[in-house]
Amino acid sequence: MVGLHKSEFKNPVINWIDTRMPVFTMMQKEYGSFPTPKNFNYFWNFGALAMVNLVLMIATGVFLAMNYAPNSAIAFDSVEHIMRDVNWGWLIRYAHMNGASMFFIVVYVHLFRGLYYGSYKTPRELLWMLGVVILLLMMATAFMGYVLPWGQMSYWGATVITNLFSAIPLVGKSIVTWLWGGFAVGNPTLNRFFSLHYLLPFVIVGVVFLHVVALHITGSNNPLGIEVKSPQDTIPFHPYYTIKDSVGICVFFIVLAALVFFAPNFFASPDNYIPANPLQTPAEIVPEWYFLPFYAILRSVPNKLGGVVMMFGAIAVLFVLPWLDTSPVRSARFRPIYRQLFWLLVVSVFALGAVGAHRPQGIWVVIGRLATLYYFLHFLVILPILGKLERPLPLPESISRPVLGGGPMPGGSTAKPMEKA
Amino acid sequence: MADTAAHSSPSGAGHSHAGHGPGDGATKRDFLKMVAGAGALVGAGAIAWPLIDSMNPSQDVLALSSVEVNLAPIPEGSGITILWQGKPIFVRHRTAAEIKAAEDVKLGELIDPQTDADRVKPGHAQWIVLIGICTHLGCIPLGNKPTDPRGEWGGWFCPCHGSQYDTSGRVRHGPAPLNLYLPPYAFENDTKIKIG
Amino acid sequence: MRGLKFLSLTVAAAAVAATFPAAAQSGDKAEAKAPVHEISTADIPVPPLPHVDWSFNGPFGTFDRASAQRGFLIYQQVCSNCHSMDQLYYRNLEGIGLSEDQVKAIAASVQVPGGVNDQGQPIERPGRPSDHFKAPFPNEEAARAANGGAYPPDQSVLELAREGGPDYLYAILTGYADPPPGVKMMSGMNYNTYFPGHQIAMPQPLQEGSVQYTDGVKPTLDQEAKDVVTFLTWAANPEMEERKQTGVRVILFLVFLTGVTYAVKRRVWSDLH
Repeated sequence: MVGLHKSEFKNPVINWIDTRMPVFTMMQKEYGSFPTPKNFNYFWNFGALAMVNLVLMIATGVFLAMNYAPNSAIAFDSVEHIMRDVNWGWLIRYAHMNGASMFFIVVYVHLFRGLYYGSYKTPRELLWMLGVVILLLMMATAFMGYVLPWGQMSYWGATVITNLFSAIPLVGKSIVTWLWGGFAVGNPTLNRFFSLHYLLPFVIVGVVFLHVVALHITGSNNPLGIEVKSPQDTIPFHPYYTIKDSVGICVFFIVLAALVFFAPNFFASPDNYIPANPLQTPAEIVPEWYFLPFYAILRSVPNKLGGVVMMFGAIAVLFVLPWLDTSPVRSARFRPIYRQLFWLLVVSVFALGAVGAHRPQGIWVVIGRLATLYYFLHFLVILPILGKLERPLPLPESISRPVLGGGPMPGGSTAKPMEKA
Repeated sequence: MADTAAHSSPSGAGHSHAGHGPGDGATKRDFLKMVAGAGALVGAGAIAWPLIDSMNPSQDVLALSSVEVNLAPIPEGSGITILWQGKPIFVRHRTAAEIKAAEDVKLGELIDPQTDADRVKPGHAQWIVLIGICTHLGCIPLGNKPTDPRGEWGGWFCPCHGSQYDTSGRVRHGPAPLNLYLPPYAFENDTKIKIG
Repeated sequence: MRGLKFLSLTVAAAAVAATFPAAAQSGDKAEAKAPVHEISTADIPVPPLPHVDWSFNGPFGTFDRASAQRGFLIYQQVCSNCHSMDQLYYRNLEGIGLSEDQVKAIAASVQVPGGVNDQGQPIERPGRPSDHFKAPFPNEEAARAANGGAYPPDQSVLELAREGGPDYLYAILTGYADPPPGVKMMSGMNYNTYFPGHQIAMPQPLQEGSVQYTDGVKPTLDQEAKDVVTFLTWAANPEMEERKQTGVRVILFLVFLTGVTYAVKRRVWSDLH
């Protein structure tokens, strides 16, 4: 019987299936015995958290869609119908709404963890790039989802963001009309956004699958940023990381529950409880918090096309990050200067977030420009140069013997301070 | 979430034999694992339930699940059809003769034996309230309009396959196997009923 | 962003103070030096909102039923002359403690469209608990025409639709005052301390004694404002009590589960050391 898999499972049913389609062997290999660096800290929870969050969003979203009506005449009312009349509708909608915020919190932490520990460096470039693709898809999904309640912020957010494409020379206006399906945001726009909002999460699931495949080819990075050298450096994924992820998942649900049950509108804009009105723009159009830094970059550039290019460039730069950072050392633990600049980047992103939430006047313009400048400087100028100039601290010999190379370790690689990444 | 359950459920514990220490430690850990696994299952259930329950009728649907019917305008000998929960309800004001005919039938003659008294509210024998759906294959019998055929027993006649019902809504001629169903209803006063 | 604005303000203020102390100061000076020609209401700063100790505040807060019922009375007698509450059904009123019969009577006191008669003419019938609150105007144009061009907003989710929520609504209702000297008001507009721009089209809706309470509570302006805001907050968040009660249970359960899971994690990992 050539081609059949030799299954080692004892249960006859599982064995029968596994022999013909070795999914159980695969699960056991990839999530059971999968050798994983033993030194993860809790920041390595956030990948699993993002996965849980994605499932939560799809589950709540599917049930919301059963009662939501993607029609500009009744969309707002149908959301209120969910909130008031559908059994547990308020819970499902608030979980979906706050789940979106939690998703971005989790993914941003996941991303900055990658930045801090150099998880984007070779051989994990493709893994990182797939992650950036997921981020982009998430942003598109979130943006279109925010339009669905058809409140004032939905309508005007959609108007402003789709108008970004009008900055494209020559074809910009045609593209915007095409996006709208009309000459302003309207019912056709709402319909297609609903369709795509339902579709894209499943595209995300697909890219997440590729992200995980890529991860399991290269293996995980770890807080020391050095490669696994021997089986002693690793432990099986199960039970060690299944249980550690479970702790994180519990904490994640506590935070989500606190938001959903006690501050469901913490991240919400009051204006979105006003039905969409094409004749009246709200006093301040503010996107959802997770877009604020990018919105700030857009507004910091006094040129329409320039602002749009810079905004998309802020994400595009992440795609090429693996080639911008020239340092052979991954983890910021061993890069004293990079470590400080990393935090400066964090500060500048937070500052951009604050700038995005305020009218572009006075001091906010100055802060916005400086923070934008640093953001791009950090990736495009500092990282390429720093890799050549910075003197990294000596690296440990291995994960299981996390002793600095400078110590009197027999066989310690003191002469080779830099891990060839 | 399913993930949570999968991560810490007892079924997953099978792979960790290698790590077991001897004595009390193992027992305590197994107990803890069972508590955590049970907790994860409860949590998964608690998340699943609101999603499942959201598919049940919503409050606005339930608010329409009972209707009040004013009986005063229905003359003796005729009936009306009203919609309740998407189903036709027959309300007929029976004449004394119709009531007597319904009451005098011997139970032995009936396909689905039931007394007329069991099919009306005490003291309101002139009102018969039925779900107007033939118990054969779900057609709506004729007989509520004055111009409709009422069949041999003066009740209702189903045009689909010829089932016939008497003035109590009991099946007298097949193929229908059962009497017309009675909706839940109550008299609010002598001229008003609440269905549902 | 209700909660976030505060956070981002704090972060941003810290960032400004830390990075650009000189710039922050010069910004202040520029504002102080701005020439004052004539007083426009837009230049008068809005004071911080008063903080009312609402019965529904906090994780265990509930709606004061009596207050909400008095608030509904005010809505019926005052607000509903101009403001709709399209999302509410009469049956919802059982949520503030009215009985089924009371709700039926309230619903039956209005006439609602009842389809068409045998001649095809539209007819009206008395309202039922399953009917939506009847709106004062058939459409927005009629509402504007009757209100000097201003559109009285729907009050179903008004509490959620305003920054500051119940405190803001209370502040508006109690914030009517004579315009400061030198301020020119547009015709038909009223001065309100807390309204953005201070010129509000709605004349002061509540005065002392605007309604007669049947439960002996004295209808002061403050009391009326609190009652109607309690009603409006309930109307916008009818799920709030169930939400908070469920939340307490969910979080207690999750804390327990986290504790157990963490204990298991410690035990599992103890093998490694």
